[in-house]
Amino acid sequence: MIMLTIIGMAIVTMVPRFLPAFLMKQSTFKPWVNRWLNAIPFAALGALIFPGIMIDVFPKQPLVGIAGGVVAAVIALTNINVIFAVIGSILTVYLLTM
Amino acid sequence: MDHAQTMTSADQFGRKEAIKKGLVAGLPIFLGYLPIAVAYGVLAKESGLSTFETTMMSVLVFAGAAQFMAAGMFSAGAMFVEIVIATFVLNFRHFIMSMSFMNTTKAFPLRWRFPLSLGLTDETFAVSSLHSNQAKHQYGTYFYLSLILFAYVGWISGSLAGALLGEVIPQALSESMGIALYAMFIGLLVPSIKKEWRLGAIAVFSMGLNFIFMEVLSVSKGWAIVISTIIGSFLGVFLLKEEDES
Repeated sequence: MIMLTIIGMAIVTMVPRFLPAFLMKQSTFKPWVNRWLNAIPFAALGALIFPGIMIDVFPKQPLVGIAGGVVAAVIALTNINVIFAVIGSILTVYLLTM
Repeated sequence: MDHAQTMTSADQFGRKEAIKKGLVAGLPIFLGYLPIAVAYGVLAKESGLSTFETTMMSVLVFAGAAQFMAAGMFSAGAMFVEIVIATFVLNFRHFIMSMSFMNTTKAFPLRWRFPLSLGLTDETFAVSSLHSNQAKHQYGTYFYLSLILFAYVGWISGSLAGALLGEVIPQALSESMGIALYAMFIGLLVPSIKKEWRLGAIAVFSMGLNFIFMEVLSVSKGWAIVISTIIGSFLGVFLLKEEDES
């Protein structure tokens, strides 16, 4: 039953992923559509970060998630590889909740 | 792959170079996925899944947030329909992301676009979008393929490691790893905002929308992210210039 559920999850995840491969055939869109599609990564990143970072990381202490996020942002400002932002934020959360 | 016979040595170099660039771009995702996948593996095992089931979910679903949610639902005794519907809702955002990515890669043939689309996660999509100029290269397909496969390998091997090592990892450390994905999102977003404040305005607008939908209107997380992304990105219609590469 667990395996069947996993296969069900796989199908409902895969279909929305591949449908646009068949739908987005039009070779050129109106310029405003292109601007909209180009903005999607940044809108998606924004929505993925907030308010999830407050709720998911440490539900009882929203500020722990925020602190980890601030550390990640400061590290990212230096333009070094993303992985350092990840390590810095894990350490921050670990030390704050020890 | 299929045009290997007609390849000249110069072409081959171009393809190798594209694969190498894809791996370099995918490395942060690979490294970032490891701790998160380990945490998922530990949680899934604790929820009663076998090592095989835990790993197969990563192979077949390849969507972090949904897998964490499913593990939690399994341990709470949820049934097939509930888990599948919740997964659909939570992962529907990939439909929007895929529309954007398929627009970027519209020059690629369908036999490439289809498999690439299956590898779209929040992270592979974000990093691919930040390298949208690769879509114009002759071997751009190999760039995105190696980026995605690298991330995929990291996700699967991390899950397997978590399922096998479970109890060895201190709980405080695996709890702290919940921040890793958020840190990656922030790490991807900040350098773009530094270059172009308009992109930051779009992200902050979308954050505000998502906060209202989730915390004020109590919309489920999956739909809240989808609606906020669609409305938030419309700000780009007015703010961005046509040639703005994402």
